[in-house]
Formats: sequence, structure tokens, C-alpha cells
Amino acid sequence: MTDRYSAWRLLREGVRSAPTWQPAWRKQTAPDSHYDAVVVGGGGHGLATAYYLAKNHGMRRVALVEKGWLGGGNTGRNTTAVRSNYFFPESVALYDLALRLYEGLSDELNYNVMLSQRGMLIAAHTPMQMEICTRIANAMRLNGVDGDLMTRGQALKRLPLLNRTADARYHCQGGIWQGRAGVARHDAVAWGYARAASALGVDIIENCTVTGLDVTDGAVSGVQTTRGAIRTERVGIAAAGATPGLAALVDVALPIHTYALQAFVSEPVKPCLDTVLLYLGTGTYVSQSDKGELVFGGGLDRVPTHGQRGNLPVQQVVVSGLLEMFPTFAQLKLLRQWAGVVDVVPDSSPIIGPVGPRGLFINCGWGTGGFKAIPAGGWLLAHLLATGEHHAISRPFDLDRFTTGRLIDEAAGSGIAH
Amino acid sequence: MQRFLCPFCGERDETEFHFGAEAGRHRPEPADRVDADAWYRYLHAQAAPRGPAREVWVHLSCGEFFLMERDTVTREVLGSSALPGREP
Ligand SMILES: Cc1cc2nc3c(=O)[nH]c(=O)nc-3n(C[C@H](O)[C@H](O)[C@H](O)COP(=O)(O)OP(=O)(O)OC[C@H]3O[C@@H](n4cnc5c(N)ncnc54)[C@H](O)[C@@H]3O)c2cc1C
Ligand SMILES: [Zn+2]
Repeated sequence: MTDRYSAWRLLREGVRSAPTWQPAWRKQTAPDSHYDAVVVGGGGHGLATAYYLAKNHGMRRVALVEKGWLGGGNTGRNTTAVRSNYFFPESVALYDLALRLYEGLSDELNYNVMLSQRGMLIAAHTPMQMEICTRIANAMRLNGVDGDLMTRGQALKRLPLLNRTADARYHCQGGIWQGRAGVARHDAVAWGYARAASALGVDIIENCTVTGLDVTDGAVSGVQTTRGAIRTERVGIAAAGATPGLAALVDVALPIHTYALQAFVSEPVKPCLDTVLLYLGTGTYVSQSDKGELVFGGGLDRVPTHGQRGNLPVQQVVVSGLLEMFPTFAQLKLLRQWAGVVDVVPDSSPIIGPVGPRGLFINCGWGTGGFKAIPAGGWLLAHLLATGEHHAISRPFDLDRFTTGRLIDEAAGSGIAH
Repeated sequence: MQRFLCPFCGERDETEFHFGAEAGRHRPEPADRVDADAWYRYLHAQAAPRGPAREVWVHLSCGEFFLMERDTVTREVLGSSALPGREP
């Protein structure tokens, strides 16, 4: 029932007087009364979870419920950078599983997620920062992913418009290069997973908010939604900034603060930047979209919030960072600005694992950087839901690290960059 | 730019302030008999409320910590007061 996309198909539909394209996924308006598993949250992580439940574990009676529309949360609001240049082995195992899955995703889903591995430079401007970059590049190599140290000359060649005038505040010294990093089209990732999950029988129910979790004898027995109750023994929550509120329904308090994170888009211009750049000096990162827009962002807003809009002070810092790096971009008009509510954990690593009653699992805490992790987050939450047990890669990210003290402090290890 | 209210200095730009913690957390005692789970709840567990929140903030300019009530969705400041024993 799902269309197979191909060049031949495109040609055929193009010349037909009445094309026969079908909707990409079945629009389920009401949930059935019982499912083998319910996934809460139709962002990338929830959709990937639903897909891998069906694909890897053969589960067909699966519902995905989403409060608004698919990809309306952070998945549709991010700046689309994908990479696996982290510091700790646990993190690299996680993010590189994601990157490897991304590398085959368009083929697997028969949906173009526009993965563009144009490489990413984390640029340094002091000898001390170069030492830190050397340390991270070494860690990446020890962890078995592609990490290289880039010299100033190589960086300037790659970034011809970068500010190199004598009065520049930050003189680029080079930095860490990951060639397999890049960008992917965020909406396509959500839609591609939705389409593939739907084709395997998953029910996708939008405009359906989870309002309660039913617990019987210490185990999950169902969810309450704005479209009625659903009986199920397995629930996976992948609701980003809304996860603390959902966990509170079963008296679980998570180590999560919610902050707004902003993104900005300029008017489109001709190709002028063919890599993803993060500058340690300014904290601003930027890439150019396939349409020609400059897509950029920076650090978190400093005021905890659930409101999906940014604030002016951080906007000024981010924009001035961009102009410090590329003075010539000052001529561009800023077209759009928006924010997402991100779920920030003290060690800047996600939380994946069981919480509260039996049968309840969470995937959250991705904070400012979970787009790149979507295939892995879905793979691992599906594994937990289907088997009840951790996958070896998700085990270190269990909530219990906050009682044992075995944190995976990527904020200290690799610095935060989306 | 939002304006926050320091009970000691009055209304100032938000950039002068730093979020400290959710209000109402008390260090569990005696420390040597506190189990790991209680430390978790004290050190890490957050309510991250949607809507009205009571929080401890610091006004960086004067260095005073104080209580602020805010709505975390609308960002409206509902009030602020000095911590007990620190009245201006
Ligand atoms: C501005 C910005 C830039 C970013 N840049 C990058 C980047 O370049 N690279 C990167 O890797 N990451 C980036 N991120 C982070 C990344 O976007 C997120 O970590 C990721 O999208 C999280 O995906 P998710 O599926 O967990 O959450 P979301 O996409 O937020 O999905 C959660 C869904 O749950 C739904 N939901 C909530 N409550 C309920 C309920 N009660 N019932 C039903 N549904 C509910 C929401 O409506 C939402 O659709 C950025 C984020 C932002 C905001
Ligand atoms: Zn003050």
C-alpha cells in the first residue's frame, strides 16, 4: 500500500494527467483500545522507536501518539547538524551508531533524508584550545571514529570567507575535523520514519495528548489520552522537554532542566560555505542549507522555560558571533528565528532506560544535540520496549548513573556543540 | 530583554541574573547516613514545572540570592522576595 519512490515513478506520475501519489503515512484519527506497545511523542526519537519496534522486533500492534503534529517539537526546530565527535567511548558508541544508521537511512526508508556529509570543523583560536582539540581528536581516534586535527592553513582554505583580518577578535588556529559529519533534512527524517513505520502497520495518531499513565500492581497497564484510554503493558516516552511532566505522573523526578534554544536563518545566497563550522571563541555555529540560507545558532538561553520562543540577549550574542566569524554576512537579512524547548541534563548526556513502574521506558535528555542521535535513540528505546532489557550501548545512559555517580560528562569532555 | 526584580536593587535587565535552583530543596542530614537515592533527589531531581515556579536566583551585580516566582511558559515574573533572614 505504500508507494515505492523511484526516478521511474517520479517520471510516470509527472506525465500522468491525474497523479496517484498516496499520503506518506496512514492518518489514524482514533487509537484502538489495546496495543502491544505505545510510544509517546512524534519527534524523531519516537518515530524511529516505532519503526524499529516493527522492523527489528516484529511488533505490529504499536501506536505512536503525538500531541501536535509529527516533527512539531525539536525535531522540526533544530539546525540539523549530525556528527559523532564526542569524547567518551560510551558517547561515541551511541552517536556513531546513529551516524552509521543515518548513512544508510535514505536507502532503508526509501525516503531521501538528504544526508550531506560535508564535514564539520570545531575551530580553535588559542594554543590552549588547540591542545583541547588535539585531546578530543585523539579521543575520537581511540574510539575508532574519523577525527583529524586541522591546521590554520587547511581551515582557511576550507572557509574562504572566514574573518582573517588583523583586527579580528579570534584568529582561527585550526581545530578538529570530522569528515563524516554534516547535515540532514530534519523534517524528512521524521516523515521518512513515519512513512516506513506506517507501512509496517504502526498506527500514528496525531493531535492526541497523553494525560495519564495507568499503573496496576507496579506495572504499566495503559495510557490516558485526549482521544480515550489505551490498554498496553509497554510504554516508551520520547517527549523531550515534556518528559519531566510525564514522568511526574508516576512520581519520578528526572534530572532535567528545560531551556529554550534558538535557531536563525538568513536569506538565501549562492553557495559560500560548504561545511559545518563551530567556533569555540564565539560559541556560534553555522552551515548553509541546500536552499542557500545560512542556518546558525549558539548556546542555550539562560532562563529555564517551557515557552517555545527565544530571548533577545542570546540572540544578540549568537548574531554577533556570526558576524565576528564572517563580517561579510552582515549584509544578509535575517529571515527567521525560533526556539525549541530542550531537555538539559547535568552531564549533557541523554537518559535512556526504565523508570518507575515495570514496562515504562524513557528516551530523553538529548538537550541541544539529539537530532544527530535519532536513529540510535529509536533503535535503543525499541530494544528496551521489546526485550525489557538494556542494549549494551544504552546501558551507560540509564538514569541510575545519577545515584551511582557514574556520569558521562560530555559538557566537560567535548564541549557542547549541536 | 526581560526585566527581573532584585529585592535589594529593584528591576534590572535579565542578563544581570543567574538561575540558581528550584526553591525548597533542603540538604539531607546527617550527611553520613543519607542514602544514594536521597542524594539523587537533593542534587539532581528537578520538577521542571510548566507554569508557576518558585526558584532561587542570584543577582550577579549585588551577589544576593533571592526567591523569584515566575511562570515558565509565559515568562511573566510573579514576584520576588529575599531569602529568610536576608531581608534588605
Ligand atoms: C534550535 C535548536 C537547534 C538544535 N540543533 C541541533 C543540531 O544541529 N544537531 C542535533 O543533533 N540536535 C540539535 N538540536 C536538538 C534536537 O533537535 C533534539 O535533541 C531532538 O530533536 C529531540 O528529538 P525528540 O524526538 O526527542 O523530541 P521532539 O522532536 O521535541 O519530539 C517530542 C514530541 O513529543 C510530543 N509530546 C510532548 N508531550 C506529549 C504528550 N503529553 N503526549 C503526546 N505527545 C507529546 C511533542 O509534541 C513533540 O512532538 C537542536 C534543538 C534546537 C531547539
Ligand atoms: Zn541586587
